[in-house]
Amino acid sequence: MKDLALHILDILQNSVTAGAKLVQLGIEEIPSADKYIVTITDDGKGMSEEMVQQVTDPFFTTRTTRKVGLGLPLLKQNAERTGGSLIIDSKPGEGTKVTAVFSYSHIDRLPTGDIPGILALTASSYAEIDFIYKHHTPEGIFSFDTTEIKETLEGVPINNPQVITFMKDFIRDNLAEIKAS
Amino acid sequence: MTKITSLADLRRIKSDVEVKMNLRERSESPESMVQIRVAMATCGIASGAKIVMDYLVNELDKRSIPAVVTQTGCMGYCYAEPTIEVTRPGQQPIVFGYVDSKKADQIIEKYIKNGELLDGIIPVNYENIEGK
Repeated sequence: MKDLALHILDILQNSVTAGAKLVQLGIEEIPSADKYIVTITDDGKGMSEEMVQQVTDPFFTTRTTRKVGLGLPLLKQNAERTGGSLIIDSKPGEGTKVTAVFSYSHIDRLPTGDIPGILALTASSYAEIDFIYKHHTPEGIFSFDTTEIKETLEGVPINNPQVITFMKDFIRDNLAEIKAS
Repeated sequence: MTKITSLADLRRIKSDVEVKMNLRERSESPESMVQIRVAMATCGIASGAKIVMDYLVNELDKRSIPAVVTQTGCMGYCYAEPTIEVTRPGQQPIVFGYVDSKKADQIIEKYIKNGELLDGIIPVNYENIEGK
């Protein structure tokens, strides 16, 4: 993956496949502690302890169309490359939380990429799922919540191209405001 | 100071879209629109599926073609990513492989607009991706 946003796009798909109704993405930039932490939390079907052990194995997948599953292994590799880590907490029936910790200042920390784009495209593709995104920086906090968007839209579909463009602009402008890296 | 996009802008967009939707007299139920699904698993994303999806959303809107673009999982054609599945109203879905922005442009102009087939179709024998 070329950037972090693409990794997030990939992991969000896992939550969707797990049947989540609410998916939360959190990004915390803590330069003072040299940490850049990404969390993806869902209320999907969760995984057994055994499966949690296996998911970072590239040769493990739940798919039947192919024999490899590289999403989490690649994210793990990229996190560890910066001296960080990947932690997965999951309980069957309750959901899954994936935490990727990167060293903020490490030269191998991936560029952030198009977070506004991947969120707008995912939120519009899965209109029945709610997405909450919170981004913390030393300058402030931005939160984006699709329930709020849907309430404002009052029935206008979230996958309308103008709405997608709005979501991108909305996230991009507000991230710039809190000086997200 | 630069203006920041806010939810107030969304309200404006909402009324705007509602007017347009009423003009079309709600003839556009999802079944009467072109449905495009972009394979967006690890293999697709790594090959540039996100750029293709962005392109399709923007271009279909610019060219005023009513369509729904969504994401889907991997179909097992990892070698041919990015792949997209296009369903014209009332027709069987067709899967295109090796789609980049240039190819996506051809798909819009030839297949979506006129129903002309073009290179790069992956022969499949299932109803849709989920049905596989």
